[in-house]
Amino acid sequence: MNISLTPSQTVGPFFNFCLTAGKNCVSTIAGPEAKGERVHLTCRVFDGDGLPLDDAMIEIWQADAAGKYKHPDDPRAGTADPACSGFGRMGTRRDGSCEFETIKPGRVPGPHNSLQAPHLNLAVFGRGLLKQLYTRVYFFGDAGNQEDPVLNLVPKNRRETLMALLSSDGRWRFDIHLQGETETVFFDV
Amino acid sequence: MQLKNGSKAVITPYHRPQPGSQPDSLYEPYKSTIRRAPSQPLVFLPHTLSEITGPLYAGSELAETDNDLTRQHPGEPLGERIIVSGRVLDDNGRPVPHTLIEIWQANAAGRYAHAGDQHPAPLDPNFTGAGRTLTDENGAYQFVTIKPGAYPWLNHYNAWRPAHIHLSIFGRAFITRLVTQMYFPGDPLFALDPIFQSIPDEKARQRLVSRFDLETTRPQWGLGYKFDIVLRGPQATPFEGIA
Ligand SMILES: [Fe+2]
Repeated sequence: MNISLTPSQTVGPFFNFCLTAGKNCVSTIAGPEAKGERVHLTCRVFDGDGLPLDDAMIEIWQADAAGKYKHPDDPRAGTADPACSGFGRMGTRRDGSCEFETIKPGRVPGPHNSLQAPHLNLAVFGRGLLKQLYTRVYFFGDAGNQEDPVLNLVPKNRRETLMALLSSDGRWRFDIHLQGETETVFFDV
Repeated sequence: MQLKNGSKAVITPYHRPQPGSQPDSLYEPYKSTIRRAPSQPLVFLPHTLSEITGPLYAGSELAETDNDLTRQHPGEPLGERIIVSGRVLDDNGRPVPHTLIEIWQANAAGRYAHAGDQHPAPLDPNFTGAGRTLTDENGAYQFVTIKPGAYPWLNHYNAWRPAHIHLSIFGRAFITRLVTQMYFPGDPLFALDPIFQSIPDEKARQRLVSRFDLETTRPQWGLGYKFDIVLRGPQATPFEGIA
């Protein structure tokens, strides 16, 4: 590489009249016609004092139910599910939460002919975050988790921070802790 | 990578950011980082299909005034009209075409059209301060707007942000995503601003300062500023036909 990168700066506290206003606020990642198991996901973001972030933004990028990305660098993109855009973006509310409507993605090819477990790619932006933080949302109990090549890079005792949990009301919940004992695993991508 | 249908896909990883080019998550002079920066080391993630793909906005429908923030209301906003233009490139020097750029900013008085902004400066009924556009096939973009004012914040005693425009750019992959801020040349607040100073490398910092440009300055109308944006690029472009 020859050209130096433009540095990141915080999204600040006042982005929502632009980034998450009107049609820029994307709660539905996969519409009702999309193939696959429906996922109603609630994400919450907390700081090192356990206080909710009411001014964060979450973006999600995911594959369709067959594990295909709608993107020209995925050679299978031509047959990706048109009802799954793969992208979501929401600002957090006062209690640090936001919701997405989607489907459980299929298994995406990984390195060395492996298959990754179903996962959502997630980025957190916010005041006090000088650059976005990347993490992944896996589904607790999925059979593929055991052999997921990315989960296996994570120290065993921290893997559960990457698991969305199914609650009794049928919603999946994923809590993001920026710091602390239950600090979420963030990736150097 | 072996795909189910037997075809092989080549994963071309992206360059990692150069050391010093990006702020660390923790920069204590910027107080909000202290309880929000992760304390554990990040886990190094080799790139897979999940990282090198991302949302493409090539089909986004844009309104005609989306990139002209001075024409979004019945009247003209107050302040100094400016034209901000530039190109989005990757670090290999290749243009990033048809990618979405979103901007937001304070008005000429330094006040955001946001309910949470407590700065006792006037709102401008003719200025919202939000815009979006797509780069063209050469990675070029342009916005017409009003030069934003400096504004105070509560980070430390008598803290003021240098005038800036916030930008959000997607690029080709989820990991090329960039949110940043564009500044104006010669601002006396640079040395005092912990957000600007959070970037370790002085040269990298200067990448965020736009430059005055006579060529895009419109006579009898407004000043032009140039701001080029460089995103992470692929490590190499695989040659077609060679597996
Ligand atoms: Fe700002």
